[in-house]
Amino acid sequence: MSTIDPVASTAEKAQHALMSKAQAEAPRVRARRTPASWVRDGGLSTLLFLLPMLLVFGAFSWYPIVRTVIMSLQHTNLVQPATWVGFANFSQVIHDPLFPTAVKNTAEFALLALVFGYPIPLLAAVVMSEVRKRRGLYSALAYLPVVIPPVVAVLLWKTFYDASPTGVFNTILGWVGLGPYPWLQSQQTALPSLVLESTWANAGGTVIIYLAALTGVNHELYEAASVDGAGLWNKVWHVTLPQLRGVLLVTMILQIIGTAQVFLEPYLFTSGGPANATLTVLLLIYNYAFGNSLGGDYGAATALSLMLAGFLAVFSLVYLRATRSWSTG
Amino acid sequence: MKSKGRAMKSIRMGMTVAAVSLLAVSAGSISRAATSSSPTVTISVASLIPGSTKAATQQFANQVTQFEKANPSIKVQSVEYQWTGPTFAAKLAAGTLPTVFTVPFTDARTLGDNGQLADLTAEVKALPYYSKYNPAVIAEGTDSKGQIVAVPTAAYAQALHYNRKLFVAAGLNPNKPPTTWAQVESDAKQIATKTGQAGYAEMGKDDNTAGWILTTLVYSLGGRMETGIGTKATATVDNPQTVAALNMLKKMRWTDNSMGSNFSYGWSDINQAFAAGQVGMYVSGSDVYTNLVQASNIDPSIYGLAPIPLAANKNAGVLGGGTLAAVRPDANPATAAAAVKWIDYYYEQPLINKAQAIRNARTLTASKQPVGVPALPVFDKTQYDLANTWIKPYINVPLNQMKPFSTGIFAQKLIPEPEASTQSVYHSLDAVVEAVLTDQNANIPSLLQQAQSSAQSAIRQGT
Repeated sequence: MSTIDPVASTAEKAQHALMSKAQAEAPRVRARRTPASWVRDGGLSTLLFLLPMLLVFGAFSWYPIVRTVIMSLQHTNLVQPATWVGFANFSQVIHDPLFPTAVKNTAEFALLALVFGYPIPLLAAVVMSEVRKRRGLYSALAYLPVVIPPVVAVLLWKTFYDASPTGVFNTILGWVGLGPYPWLQSQQTALPSLVLESTWANAGGTVIIYLAALTGVNHELYEAASVDGAGLWNKVWHVTLPQLRGVLLVTMILQIIGTAQVFLEPYLFTSGGPANATLTVLLLIYNYAFGNSLGGDYGAATALSLMLAGFLAVFSLVYLRATRSWSTG
Repeated sequence: MKSKGRAMKSIRMGMTVAAVSLLAVSAGSISRAATSSSPTVTISVASLIPGSTKAATQQFANQVTQFEKANPSIKVQSVEYQWTGPTFAAKLAAGTLPTVFTVPFTDARTLGDNGQLADLTAEVKALPYYSKYNPAVIAEGTDSKGQIVAVPTAAYAQALHYNRKLFVAAGLNPNKPPTTWAQVESDAKQIATKTGQAGYAEMGKDDNTAGWILTTLVYSLGGRMETGIGTKATATVDNPQTVAALNMLKKMRWTDNSMGSNFSYGWSDINQAFAAGQVGMYVSGSDVYTNLVQASNIDPSIYGLAPIPLAANKNAGVLGGGTLAAVRPDANPATAAAAVKWIDYYYEQPLINKAQAIRNARTLTASKQPVGVPALPVFDKTQYDLANTWIKPYINVPLNQMKPFSTGIFAQKLIPEPEASTQSVYHSLDAVVEAVLTDQNANIPSLLQQAQSSAQSAIRQGT
C-alpha cells in the first residue's frame, strides 16, 4: 500500500503529493508548538483530568514502592534518622534461620492450595453449569463465604477446629469413630487446616469467574460432542477445559501469587505456630516489622518484601512465556 | 457588551463578599485569641483495654471529667489501649500512640535510649513525692543518660491463679493451693481427670508470652535467662532449670494429659478461658484479677491466688515486672507537662494521696470495678500498706481468697525480668514451648540450642 498505484489518476497523484508534502512539514509545525497552543489543543484539560489519578497513584502506590526500595537499604526505627547499610538487610534476611522455614511453609501452602484448592472451584462451576434449576441459588451459596468478613470466617473456623473432643469437627468425626484431632494445635496438621479454610473462603470468587467463562463456551460444541456419543466426562475434558484454558491459566497464576502472599490465615489462626509450622514469608515480614515491641526491623521487612516481589515478577514472566502457546493455541 | 459588563459586576461583587468574609473570619480569630487567657492543651490518654465493660468505661469517663474540672486548660481524649508487642510496635512506627500510654518494665529503658519516648525528667522530679519512689522501680523508667522517660504506675509479681470451684469439684482443698511444682502436677492431673477441664494451662502463643511464662518457671527453679547487661550480656536460656521446666510441661502435656487441648493461649485468651471455668491453674501477673473482672466477667467466688511455688534452690525467686506510663517523643513542653499532670492524677495519686485514693476507690466501687487487687509497692512497703488502709472500706475483691498470695509474696525473692533484649529473649523461647506442647517427640536440647543462638544474636544486636 505504500507504493503509488500506476493506474491512479493525475488528481489522485497530485493529492498524494500534497499529503506527502504536508507529512514532511509536520515535524516543523509541531516544533513551533507553544504552551498557549498546547493549552488551546486541550493539553491542560487532559492533564487536569489525569491529575487526580496521578496524585492517588503517586501517593498510595509509587511513593510507597520507592520508599520501600530506599528503606531496604537503610537501618531505621522511623523515629530517629535512618542510616544507610547497603545490602546488609538482604544478607541478614538470607542468613536468618527462619527464612528457609518461611519459604518452605509458603511453598507447601501454595502447593496444597493448588492441588486441593484449585480444582474444586472448577468442578463446582462445571456441576453448577449443568444444573438447570436454582442455578442462582447455588451460585449465591458458593459465593457466600467470600462475603463473610475474613476475620469472622477465621473465628468461625477456630471453633470448628477446637481440639477438644467437643470441637465441631471432632464431634462430627467422633460420630464415625474418628479423632479427636489436634487440628491447629499440631505441627503436622496446622498448615493443611489453614489451606482447608482458605479454600472454603476463596473458592466462591473463582467459581463465579468460571461460571461466567462457561457461558462463553459455544453450545454447538457440546451438541456436536453429544452427537459423537461423548458423555459428561468427555465433554468436560474435550470441550470445556480446552475452551476455558485461557481463564484457567490466569486463575492459576492469580492463585499462586495470592498463596505466595498468604498472611491472614496464619496470622489470625496460629500466629505462625506451633513452633513456626505455619510461619509464612509474609508473616515473617510482619514479624520483622512489628514483632519486636521496641521497634521493628523495617529494613529487613522491606528487603524481604522486595525479594518476594522480585521472585513473583520473575515467576509470572516465566509462567506467561511458558504458557503463551497454551493460552492462545 | 451588556452581558460582559454584568459579568464584571458580579465578579467584583463576589470579590467584595470574599474579602469581607475573610476579614470577618480574621477578626473572629483575633478576638478569640485575645479573649482566651491560657491556651487549651489537648492530650490523648490510654484508657481501658478494648472490650471493657460499660461500667468500667463510665468510671473512666468520670475520672476524666474530674481531671478536666481540676485542670480547665487541659482537654483529655480517651483512647482504648492494650499493650501487646506487635500492636505497640506498629503504633509506635505509625505515630498513632496516644500522648500518654503504658509500657512494661522491660521496654522503657531501651525505648528511651532509642529516642522513642519524651524526656520527663524535669516534670517528674518536680512531683512532691518523687523522693519516695522505690529506687529500683524508678530505675526501670530511667534511660542510660539518666533521663526519666517513664513513670512507674504499677508493679506485680508472677502468681499462680487457680479456680476454687474446679479444686472443689476435683476433691482438692481450695484453701490449700499447691506450694511445690510436684503438687501443681498432681493437682492438675486430678482436676483434669475429675472435671475434664485443663488442670494447668500455660500461655503458648508466638507473641513472647510463652517465653515470659517459661522464664517465670525457670526463675522459680533457680535458673536465669541471661547474665550481664546491654549488648554485652550473655544469653543463658539453655540451662538445667529450663530443661527441667520443659520436661515438667512435657510430662503434664503428654503423660498426665492434664493441660487440656488448647496450647496457643495468649494473655487475653487464657484469662477468658480461666474466667469461663476451663482452666484449673495458670501463671500470670498478680494484678490480672482486674482484667478478669473488666473484660472476662469472672465470678469472684471461683477465684484463688497463690504465690508461685519455689524450688529448694538459693537462686529460686519470683519474676516481677510492672507498668510505666510514658509520653510520645513528639510532645512539646506544654503537652508533656499536661501529660505528667494526667499521669500524676490517674496513676500516682491513688497510691500516694489519701483523699485521692479514697475518692478513686469510691468511684471504682460505685461502678463495680475491682478495688484492692494485690500488687507490689511502687513506692515503699510502708506507703503500700498505708494506701491499703485508706481504701480498706472500699475493697471489694475477695481478699480471703487471695490470702495465700498476699501473705506469701513478701517472703519471696523478687527477680526482675531479663534486662537485655527482654522481648527478643522471650520470643526465642516461644517456639520451644510451642514445640514441647505440640510435638511429643520434641527434642528439647536441640530446641534450646537454637533458642540460645537466637537470644544471643538479638542481645548482640540490641534488638
